[in-house]
Amino acid sequence: MDAFLLQILNGLDKGSAYALIALGLTLIFGTLGVVNFAHGALFMIGAFCSVTLQRLLNLSSETIDPTKTDFLGNPLKVKTPYVESWFGPELGGTIIEWSVPLAILFAIPVMLFIGYAMERGLIKHFYKRPHADQILVTFGLAIVLQEIIKAVFGANPIQTPAPDALSGVVEVLPGIVYPAWRVVNFCFSLVVIAGVFAFLQFTTFGMVVRAGMADRETVGLLGIDIDKRFTAMFGLAAAVAGLAGVMYGPINAPNYHMGMDFLVLSFVVVVVGGMGSLPGAVAAGFLLGVLESLASLEVVISAIPGINQIIIYLVAIVILLTRPRGLMGRKGVME
Amino acid sequence: MGILDVKDVGKRFGGLQALSDVNLSVKENTCHAIIGPNGAGKSTLLNCLVGKLIPDTGSVMFDGNSVLGRSPHEINQMGISRVFQTPEIFADLTVMENMMIPLFAKRDGAYRLHGIESVSSERELVSMAEQMLEDVNMLDKRHMHSASMSRGDKRRLEMAMCLVQNPKLLLLDEPTAGMARADTNNTIDLLKEIKEKRDITIAIIEHDMHVVFSLADRITVLAQGTPLVEDAPENIKGHPKVQEAYLGEAH
Amino acid sequence: MFGLEKKDTTLLILVAILTMAAPFILNPFPEGSGLAQFNAGYPDLMQRFVIFGIFAIGFNILFGLTGYLSFGHAAFLGVGSYSAVWMFKLLSMNIIPAIILSVIISGLFALVIGYVSLRRTGIYFSILTLAFAQMSFALAYSVLTPITNGETGLQLTLDDPRILGASATADGSIPVTNLFGLEMRSAFDLAVGPWTFTFSAGYYVCAVIMLLAFYLSIRIFRSPFGLMLRAIKSNQTRMNYTGLNPKPYTLAAFVISGMYAGLAGGLMASMDPLAGAERMQWTASGEVVLMTILGGAGTLIGPVLGAGAIKYMENIFSKINDNVLHGWFSFMPDGIENFMVAIVHPFVGKGWHLTLGIIFMLVVTFLPGGLVEGGQRVGKALRRNKDEDSKNASTEPAE
Repeated sequence: MDAFLLQILNGLDKGSAYALIALGLTLIFGTLGVVNFAHGALFMIGAFCSVTLQRLLNLSSETIDPTKTDFLGNPLKVKTPYVESWFGPELGGTIIEWSVPLAILFAIPVMLFIGYAMERGLIKHFYKRPHADQILVTFGLAIVLQEIIKAVFGANPIQTPAPDALSGVVEVLPGIVYPAWRVVNFCFSLVVIAGVFAFLQFTTFGMVVRAGMADRETVGLLGIDIDKRFTAMFGLAAAVAGLAGVMYGPINAPNYHMGMDFLVLSFVVVVVGGMGSLPGAVAAGFLLGVLESLASLEVVISAIPGINQIIIYLVAIVILLTRPRGLMGRKGVME
Repeated sequence: MGILDVKDVGKRFGGLQALSDVNLSVKENTCHAIIGPNGAGKSTLLNCLVGKLIPDTGSVMFDGNSVLGRSPHEINQMGISRVFQTPEIFADLTVMENMMIPLFAKRDGAYRLHGIESVSSERELVSMAEQMLEDVNMLDKRHMHSASMSRGDKRRLEMAMCLVQNPKLLLLDEPTAGMARADTNNTIDLLKEIKEKRDITIAIIEHDMHVVFSLADRITVLAQGTPLVEDAPENIKGHPKVQEAYLGEAH
Repeated sequence: MFGLEKKDTTLLILVAILTMAAPFILNPFPEGSGLAQFNAGYPDLMQRFVIFGIFAIGFNILFGLTGYLSFGHAAFLGVGSYSAVWMFKLLSMNIIPAIILSVIISGLFALVIGYVSLRRTGIYFSILTLAFAQMSFALAYSVLTPITNGETGLQLTLDDPRILGASATADGSIPVTNLFGLEMRSAFDLAVGPWTFTFSAGYYVCAVIMLLAFYLSIRIFRSPFGLMLRAIKSNQTRMNYTGLNPKPYTLAAFVISGMYAGLAGGLMASMDPLAGAERMQWTASGEVVLMTILGGAGTLIGPVLGAGAIKYMENIFSKINDNVLHGWFSFMPDGIENFMVAIVHPFVGKGWHLTLGIIFMLVVTFLPGGLVEGGQRVGKALRRNKDEDSKNASTEPAE
């Protein structure tokens, strides 16, 4: 029973990353009608925002401490991060330790800008082109982004640890302990999802965008500059993916190909949820995360070997064949 | 009994009764026009004939066989060819290639794997295609990319693609919609010529009265999803019910 | 000739000459010279050129003609490789039965996946093929380990049965792949002055098979079947109303392209008898997409060009390290030299994927017809210049 509950928690945790990426993909697809194969790369860049911030905070001044020597007998070089010399060792140390949560603040403007630049610089020119071309050019972009990150940060994974206060375990249910950061990750993703939905639901901006998703031409005829808003949506989607990346860092050390690894799964999530349906993307994200985790239960694996590896794809294939519009999709989207 | 018999056909979309009690019989080697104001159900009826929609009630018999539940390609193989409101052609291909495809479909059926011999080695079919292009005055354009042609030429090509299959029944869906007067007259002439030269049955859905009265041997007036009258053109012109249906639309 | 029109015959003969003379053409620089690193005339790389050429030719039959974008074709290549290695383990080291089995098995596999995937079109089709390929990849790593040998990859061992051959050679090593006794790895070096040209049996076997595959694809392109496939890409509505059922045509194209991929996989295993699951990963499928688009989807020669270009870059670009760069820019003052090296550095060596990604994006954006379209545009521009020249020339005497 404990194993079962634990896997549900694991599933929700993994599902929160799926849900956030799929949410962004759907925002882009629903508003702009573009199939974005570079979305995984945005997730990856988010994770590297937190790597970057960690490096920035650790920039150090070097002083020589004449009183101590290293093992070769030379005077010891002491590195003091500027942050510590500015704010004092205690506050400075805390800031460095909390670099991942701080990276959330750092990642939002960065990701908004990257999303904006991507849409204006590239995607804009592909609205009228066939979907195959959109897939191809964003696939090319994904390769380029991932190679840039590889050139800058190297090919090895880089640890971005959670602050000590959040890296222990907590008792989530009586008798069940679970890593604290994963709980934070899950709750944070719920907040982001709620934020996006509230934004779309309650602001005029969101209303226009939703109307545009339903019928772009009519909204255009009303004299509303829908394109500008859609550009902003691309930025928002990039930010959502980036936040998912930041939060995922402490769970799995970021590496340059994590985007490609998540991309296929997120597309599967979008398809299962229903192309163009935001609630569908979120629901399918959590659902598939949980299914994947449950399939790794020993009971299940011993009954059907290998099922944990393929369950998501299997579900996607069955859904696509029996219910092509997915769980919650509208009829006729891209059919 | 005609070549095409529509009996008691009804079709409902949600709360809207698009067609009800449609009875219609198209006699062999005639031109039968179906007219009616906008929203009368003309297009729905046409889609029921070609397999795109399946009516809720009634039957559609073509040449003694039911067409219901068959897919569009099966219905074409039975001998019905369709011309669309906006020309549907293979825009990426040349005019000649456009013509070869229906000829292969006619000779080889819905599917046959011919992967080795080249298209140009099919001399007999090539000369049939050329003959047909000659008939519609397009032979000089046979190497043209069909996407780059005028709308009138595209319509002409689509018509040629249908006719080259020697269909028993040619269905025309507003063939002159959106055309300039001159093009419309050209199309009328083309259709008249086809009627004279070939043993072919034509069913035409049309809004333009000029086209209808130039071509039709018999006219069915459809209003609100149900046939109002069916008669010869000279009797339709002054028919009070027809005037009412059309004037009703105008006001 | 060969049942082809003149233009196609010329193309075929040209490709045949180029592939047959490849050991010369790809080795233009004398050994030991500074440019020798750009030579590509060694057997291993030349084999990869033609094998990936076959893969891309097959992919083009599906994507180039019908427009159905499959992101799972590497799965068929992987299945082909596994089948071939099993044939070497169980039957004999002759490559013919191995290749035949690869083509058959991958064809059957493609039939199943294609039948299911082709029930959807557009992006849904792409994602279905992606899902199937990833599933095969995951299974090859886990449950199917008895067949695939998991992460280690499937290899030959000394105690394989090899019914029609020996488990081990007289000196106790694993026998090598051969074509009726002609060993695939045997090669013959020809030294002409400072040049050395290597003629490898394996390369010529692959090259001949590639030419056959290319010839078959020309026949398919020009046949009624090829015409139907292009019709599917152009307008499926008109196709239906013309009495044609697009589905079996698309499925046939899918299976044929899957068999081409299997053939490539079988050849790969014939040159180097091992097979691993990484050949099936979706990024490997992405590679053949890149090749086809880069060369020119829907054109005859495009995929071969694309495969050659990418494999050349992969092998030659990736060898350029900082030392080589310093060598290039050594004529410059030190500061500028270091600056140039720093600028070029990210695009070569391990960073060659970056160059590939950028080129690919540029091609998709500005040159959707790929290298072939680029060539045609250049050709047209040249011809126009020539025409103008000749016009000028003809007007001159009048003056």
